[in-house]
Amino acid sequence: MKTETDIHLHSLSQAIIQGLVEEAGPLAEKALAAGFQPLQVIEKACLPAIEEVGRLWECGDYFLPELIAGAEAMKAAMAVLQTAMKSSGQSLKSAGRVVIGTVEGDIHDIGKNLVASMLRAAGFEVIDLGADVKVERFVETAVEEKADLIALSALLTTTMLNQKKVMELLASRGLRERLKVMVGGAPVTEKFAREIGADGYGESAVQAVAVARALMAGGGGNHD
Amino acid sequence: MTEEVLRPQVKFLSSRALEQIIDEAFELVDKTGLFIENEEALELLGEAGQKIDRSRNRVFLSRNLIEKCLQTCPSEIRLYDQDGHREYLVGRDEVHFNPGSAAIKILDSVTLKEREAGTSDLIALYKLVETLENLDFQSTALVSADVPREIADIYRLYLGLLFSRKPFVTGIFRVESLRPMLDLLLAVRGDERSLSEKPLAIFDACPSPPLKWSRLTAQSLIDCSRLGVPSELIPMGLTGATSPVTLAGTLVQQLAESFGGLVICQLARPGAPVIFGGSPAGFDMRKGTTPMGAPETMMIDCAFAQIARRLNLPTHAYLGLSDSKLVDAQAGLETAMGATLAVLAGINVVSGAGMLNFESTQSLEKLVIDNDICGQALRLSRGIALREKPLALHLFEELGPDFNFLVLSHTRKWYRQEHYFSSVLDRDVYDTWTALGRLDIFQRAGKEVARRLSLYRKPELKSEIASELKKIMVSYAASCGLDELPEIS
Repeated sequence: MKTETDIHLHSLSQAIIQGLVEEAGPLAEKALAAGFQPLQVIEKACLPAIEEVGRLWECGDYFLPELIAGAEAMKAAMAVLQTAMKSSGQSLKSAGRVVIGTVEGDIHDIGKNLVASMLRAAGFEVIDLGADVKVERFVETAVEEKADLIALSALLTTTMLNQKKVMELLASRGLRERLKVMVGGAPVTEKFAREIGADGYGESAVQAVAVARALMAGGGGNHD
Repeated sequence: MTEEVLRPQVKFLSSRALEQIIDEAFELVDKTGLFIENEEALELLGEAGQKIDRSRNRVFLSRNLIEKCLQTCPSEIRLYDQDGHREYLVGRDEVHFNPGSAAIKILDSVTLKEREAGTSDLIALYKLVETLENLDFQSTALVSADVPREIADIYRLYLGLLFSRKPFVTGIFRVESLRPMLDLLLAVRGDERSLSEKPLAIFDACPSPPLKWSRLTAQSLIDCSRLGVPSELIPMGLTGATSPVTLAGTLVQQLAESFGGLVICQLARPGAPVIFGGSPAGFDMRKGTTPMGAPETMMIDCAFAQIARRLNLPTHAYLGLSDSKLVDAQAGLETAMGATLAVLAGINVVSGAGMLNFESTQSLEKLVIDNDICGQALRLSRGIALREKPLALHLFEELGPDFNFLVLSHTRKWYRQEHYFSSVLDRDVYDTWTALGRLDIFQRAGKEVARRLSLYRKPELKSEIASELKKIMVSYAASCGLDELPEIS
């Protein structure tokens, strides 16, 4: 590969790491114009970059604004690359379909938005139901949208019990085997997740991605 | 005797900064508007000629209307205790501390772990606060987990009125509870006029950041205003998460949201008492949490109070609380810094005492320690008094060759007024401290809680008032499907 073209992948990767949302799309286009296949760009530039963003977050260098900016830059690049794939008849294999929302009675959506952004950046298809979402809506949407995962957020100790209600409804409708459930939010703990029978629990938005991946791969999502 | 005392003051905004924030807030509510999800409030605003986008419940407020409302809103409020005798001025430089609310957990004195609170915890807290001389008001500070969630808000106030004489800071969790909670206050005072003349409780109402007043909170503003019950506006922007990341930017949003609350109250009833307060926080971009003990949080609170004073309104803030999970050095540091700043900023109602873990855990031991912190902070506000003229010269004429100040009548006359006496801070010499069991402040506070609870005396509520309170509580509980209330001892 020529050095000149390597520069394109490198610049795109850097743009994602640095969260340059406006530049990521045009840089993806440049990479395509230089002759790279969309899938190559994704595998060689985008995915390693977003993983680096996650690493910088986990080691404490990055704070929430950098984390979000990285995810947004990734999204901008992926929009360009996916369009290119479609026009050449290819399609990107989804990492999984996730229905996400904050449970009923809880209007807090900062944490949920973070997880949604990170999942999207990691190649998941995310159906975001917003905040204060009724138990039934999670289950019905997951069925309609043929989702693989349901992700439940709660900030209040008073509302986290509604995460349990989702588990109960899934069981009563015989959907427990078909759908994996991951839970999170400030008051939620690994222990609580296990008690209500959820499949996965993540302490942060970055961990949520690892949990979702593990669940898609058929493993357990708990950080035991 | 002269009384030329300088009240120490802290300010965070220059007059130019003040004006700029106020101007931007006027522009924000005019151009971007506010989202108001309450039909009755929208009707009031429509009648007042405000532009409304019905599809999004968005209201654009004119500067003219806000300025009119600032004129009708009282600059000071008087609260009264349960007997209606003791008066508390909420305004000017007066500072009244009260416990932070509403905690969903209590720090267990023995296990040092947080746990759910029950009826007996609430009662113990109310009893203890009755004995804390530096907390002028009670607040419905704990949520009792032994009653259904549907009645948790009213139940707190019901117990409070049975066990406390002090005025209350309270609020609703559900719109259905508002009427019965106001009925409890009416039962104590006798009728609407007496309640309006002598308010017994302040109702907190929190807009949802950014720029929204929900059905619940707007209804609280309207119904309280009509009864003359003071509304305390509690915007809670989180810098960079639910409000601009800069402190000044968050102040603009906080003021815009407060203008909305002010206008709703004044349209419901001109002259309705309103307190400009808040529970903003400098959002932690690493942890995604809302530190109440962060310096930025305190700066927003103090600066907002400065803005409210400039607008001639009573003030409030959530200050003097900690994010620590234990009653430790961090708890003392954050509480003392907040309480001191609140006093120096002259904030009228200061909620926070006893609180840990981002406004979610109450501690009896911390309440006792915070009582001392508040007492020390209040001491600062009384400044350095010029008690006699001359200040000292005459003493030296009176003193014998041994310069024994302890024997002077001047010493006896002034020492109690000049000095604050703490109940739990350690000022023992080392050997005494050792002889007393080498206790740290948390252990001493535990003993002090027990001592104070043994001194508590229940208010003598007239039997017809007590039975009326019970009737209201029981019938509301029944309407929520609860036949029996927990036993009260």
